[in-house]
Amino acid sequence: MSTTTSPSSDLGTRITTLAAQAPHRARAGAWRGTTRSVVRHVLMIAAALIMVYPLLWLLGSSFKPTEIIFRELSVIPTEWDFSNYTTGWQALTEPFGHYMLNSMVIVADSLLGNLVTCSMAAYAFARLKFRGRNVWFAIMLVTIMLPIHVLIVPQYVMFQQVGWINTFWPLIVPKLLATDAFFVFLMVQFFRGIPNELEEAARLDGCGHPRIFLRIMLPLATPALATTAIFTFIWTWNDFFAQLIFLTKDSMKTAPVALRLFLDSSSGSSWGPMFAMSIVTIIPIFLVFLVGQKYLVKGIATTGIK
Amino acid sequence: MTAFNELREMRRQRGGPKNVAKTNLRKADGRAALVFLAPWFLGLFAITLFPLGASAYFSLTDYDLLTPPTFIGFEYFVELFHDTRLHQALKVTLTYVVTGVPLQLIVALLLAMLLNQGMRGMAFYRSVFYLPSLMGGSVAIAILWRQVFGVDGIFNRFLAIFGIEGIGWVSNPDTALWTIVLLHVWTFGSPMIIFLAGLRQIPEMYYEAASLDGASKVRQFLSVTLPLLSPIIFFNLVMQVITAFQAFTQAYVVSGGTGGPSDSTLFYTLYLYQEGFSNLHMGYASAMAWLMVVIILGLTAVNFWLSKFWVFYGD
Repeated sequence: MSTTTSPSSDLGTRITTLAAQAPHRARAGAWRGTTRSVVRHVLMIAAALIMVYPLLWLLGSSFKPTEIIFRELSVIPTEWDFSNYTTGWQALTEPFGHYMLNSMVIVADSLLGNLVTCSMAAYAFARLKFRGRNVWFAIMLVTIMLPIHVLIVPQYVMFQQVGWINTFWPLIVPKLLATDAFFVFLMVQFFRGIPNELEEAARLDGCGHPRIFLRIMLPLATPALATTAIFTFIWTWNDFFAQLIFLTKDSMKTAPVALRLFLDSSSGSSWGPMFAMSIVTIIPIFLVFLVGQKYLVKGIATTGIK
Repeated sequence: MTAFNELREMRRQRGGPKNVAKTNLRKADGRAALVFLAPWFLGLFAITLFPLGASAYFSLTDYDLLTPPTFIGFEYFVELFHDTRLHQALKVTLTYVVTGVPLQLIVALLLAMLLNQGMRGMAFYRSVFYLPSLMGGSVAIAILWRQVFGVDGIFNRFLAIFGIEGIGWVSNPDTALWTIVLLHVWTFGSPMIIFLAGLRQIPEMYYEAASLDGASKVRQFLSVTLPLLSPIIFFNLVMQVITAFQAFTQAYVVSGGTGGPSDSTLFYTLYLYQEGFSNLHMGYASAMAWLMVVIILGLTAVNFWLSKFWVFYGD
């Protein structure tokens, strides 16, 4: 953060003017630019390493025998032990794949629910004129801000009455009913940007609302749908609070809830298998991150989601 | 304004006899809206509004799930004021919010500015810095944290290189909360991406003009970047305060569900969970939830009020 150097754009023009006068001085200036950029990259790489070091260490340690995990700062194991994965997989009452599958089922249904019902609600708010639209829209916006904690107790009572505790319904049904208002809002913003002419042309050709929605709006809204899908996946996969409350029976537990059981059962002796299963639960998120990076970055930048 | 215009437009068209075709269209719109909004309406009433009302009612009752609720009025709200564990929970949560949120935003802004200098490989660095944000809220990372800052965790291994003898950071009441604050700061990736997008909106010519006037880099940051970015900083601040106040997973996992050692990581939501779902004090938990809504609204209101003094919306 030097205060005496001029900004790089200014430096650029100075270099070109200097270049005309004295070639050797220009080379010195260019050198200074290169050094600065090298220094900057070295700093950034160092910062990046510090940031991902815990993740890499977790990955490395999942291949180390438990006895040496605590002795080694190094990411690459000096002694490889693949048995952490097989032990960890079988360590709980059910094989770990069972919990992963439970998570997958909830995520898949949530995805379906959010994509279908949130986009439907968004279409109505963005493209249809009906009585009280603004009032309902305002209510929808308020529900985005509502903390789940103020609803969870009555929801628990309600779902208990209908015998849904220890089923996936309390986690899936809200998504099938478009209660993730944030995504409704996200898609409203998107639908509003689609030109009216397209819709009018379709109407003249005799298209009703279902067809306009399915054939025009949804195909054009692919980026918004992708953003919704990615964030639904990540948030549902990482969700812990609701799953912890609604799923207490062992065979119904999801991957994060099951993973926490290692802390109860192990009393610290089986870090290796626990780290291995931690990696297993992180892999789906990492894959989504790799595939959907573009939409993730865009989604955050334009809407400011968490 | 637009809402008002829209309403006026609707009324005028309903009254006008010449717009028969359009009126029919409106009617079709109304019917279609009912269909498209059907799931949302159902969710609004069954999953949100009804429980919201029930929660308000429960907060005035003594209810343990097994016997029917008995009405006790505002007794629990009075009790909230005398509950020392609740005071502790508030202290812990507010400490976390007041330190973690600004620290995270400062780091996010700093790295966004470094990344915004048009350096090569920017997208790569951005991804790497963003990755922890995606995983920071997961149980896996909370478990990792518990190990990293344990007595014989790798953080102490690292300190040992410099001959410093560390302590059990997560088992010491003075430091446990700070490990969770650090975890929050570590997930600075998403505000960083929002800042990056904001920084790109600032026209380069402002900086050129400033540097022609002889403004130093620091001066440029204070007089150009900060004011122009302040609405985005404000937005991030409001959102992060709201979500940070509701933090749960990290505290639950790091403390093994207890909020310990000696309640030093007893986050508000964790205490609410214990009261509601371990002790089955559903009435008390509901009262706590409503107090939480009031506090979050209060914090947001304070943020908006303070924004008058530092957020710059152009002229």
